[in-house]
Amino acid sequence: MSISHDVKRYPGLRPLTAVFFLYLYAPLAVIVVYSFNANRVAGVWTGFSLKWYGSALDNAALVNALKTSLTVAAIATAVSTLIALSAALAIIRGKNLRFRKLSETIVNLPLLLPEIVLAVATLILFSLLDIQNGMLRLVVAHAAFCTPFAFLPIRARLQGMSLDLEEASADLYADRWTTFRRVTLPLIFPGVFSGAMLAFLISMDDFITSNLLATGGSTTLPVYIFSLIRAGTSPELNAIATLLILASLVLATVALLVAARGAREDAEP
Amino acid sequence: MTQPHSTGAQKAIEVKSVSKSFGAYQALKSVSFDIGSNEFFTMLGPSGCGKTTLLRMLAGFESPDSGSILLNGKEVVAIPPHRRRVNTVFQSYALFPHMTLEQNVAYGLENLGWEQARIKNRVGEMLERVHMGPMARRRPAQLSGGQRQRIALARALAPEPEVLLLDEPLSALDLKLRQAMRDELRTLQRDTGITFVFVTHDQEEALDMSDRIAVLGGGEVQQIGTPTEIYEEPVNRFVADFVGETNFLEVEVLETAGGEATIRTPFGLSITVPATGPTARGRATLSVRPEKINLGNQAQGLIFEGRIVNKNYMGGYTHYTLDVSGTELRASRRNASREGDTIPLGATVPVGFVAGSARVLAA
Repeated sequence: MSISHDVKRYPGLRPLTAVFFLYLYAPLAVIVVYSFNANRVAGVWTGFSLKWYGSALDNAALVNALKTSLTVAAIATAVSTLIALSAALAIIRGKNLRFRKLSETIVNLPLLLPEIVLAVATLILFSLLDIQNGMLRLVVAHAAFCTPFAFLPIRARLQGMSLDLEEASADLYADRWTTFRRVTLPLIFPGVFSGAMLAFLISMDDFITSNLLATGGSTTLPVYIFSLIRAGTSPELNAIATLLILASLVLATVALLVAARGAREDAEP
Repeated sequence: MTQPHSTGAQKAIEVKSVSKSFGAYQALKSVSFDIGSNEFFTMLGPSGCGKTTLLRMLAGFESPDSGSILLNGKEVVAIPPHRRRVNTVFQSYALFPHMTLEQNVAYGLENLGWEQARIKNRVGEMLERVHMGPMARRRPAQLSGGQRQRIALARALAPEPEVLLLDEPLSALDLKLRQAMRDELRTLQRDTGITFVFVTHDQEEALDMSDRIAVLGGGEVQQIGTPTEIYEEPVNRFVADFVGETNFLEVEVLETAGGEATIRTPFGLSITVPATGPTARGRATLSVRPEKINLGNQAQGLIFEGRIVNKNYMGGYTHYTLDVSGTELRASRRNASREGDTIPLGATVPVGFVAGSARVLAA
């Protein structure tokens, strides 16, 4: 008898699944629906309208916050992925490396610390170093806390890749750079891509650190949204949230496609 | 131990006093031998005997703790893998999954800086040679084990290496395919004239394909010789036991002279047989292969009596287990005709072997 059970035969599977998904996605559905509501008051449906999208995109402060977030996320993603890739290569592939386990733990440590601790520490450090530029502060801090997120999928992918392939490349007259460029990197690319994706989302999503470090000209989107809420909810928020959901869906789909491509190539035992 | 000698006039590889330890484990203990140009040379041994470590040293993936390795007369220990004119067929094949078969075969040539037109020709030629021409645009994941094997061979042979290293390349294939690939490998080696260094734990493969075999055990070379030498003239118990099947009998050496020893067998008969181990009187081991022991009316040479205590009919031949005055002996008999397998269980029959087909080894 097979160990895996036929899930379809579980009693109450359908209703339970329905309740679970409702619980998970109902708040999002409400936001999406009311982003198209003509009425200013949430909960009172008076007709379909796109006006909140228009006013959100006309809001210069909002657009600036989005630009800041995207810029910070893009640079932080590039930097943290590069650091994570180097760290993974050294830790997984490095020969005669001392303190391998310790190095790995140090790279991952920020995942275990409460973010508020890191945020306050970063703020104090920047004050000590007298770094005033808001953008610079954000990029440096984001790149740092995104690195372990980028590291995990890259490490997993590299560990799963047979050393034989890199040896075969060296055997076929490729120097180390050529081997990296033509064999290692293409084969761990799905991991690098997931890592970069995660880093990007973590950076876009960050509130605690960004809020502490923000200066006048460097307000990120989450920080701006928070300030809007304090002034009372606005239907514009629904429109912004819906746009963010849409962007996340696109990113997640691309990530899934890349992962599926990687899995297909792995079909070789 | 027989003196390592190579059949070719030129030496493709010289391994000199190579030692290697992994932590407390000594994988190779001062190993030395030569491999001749154009030779099909096999390193045979059980797992952990050091054969794969040696192969990896020839490729450049490992370096010896001490000793030196010469490739066509040049010291290569300090030279990285990508600058050695040596290619490897990996046990796992290690085909690049993200490249087509064509791209896999072209990879080495591109790194050597060949011109595009020349690469294209050579890749086509190699794919034809391993009967994979029509599949050039496929990827490794779409291939069967045998086809992957062929591509791995084509990829490794395309750059015309000075030496081709093969790490148990047939172990993942099924029986029928393995036999076909053996013949194909042998033919490829003869046609290309490239020195093949083949690693295996399968003694049949080694005997079938090799010009010479090095039997490795416990990190040392136990014996080097032609397949016939290894099988018929093993130098010690390890080689006699690892290569083929054999009977070991505890015997007493009465006298030794000129490569022969006069011994007393446990069942009381004295004979003079070839000896490679003991030179003094005392205890020793007699090795007699099962197929060298003849039964019934075929018995010849030294003849005694034995009782059949077990028999296994294998189709082409039958294995018998005999009780000879309390000593167990195994014999095998080819069933040359349908009536071949006629000796009944429990029968007492004449048993014999020719003295020259047995061998006295050190105890």
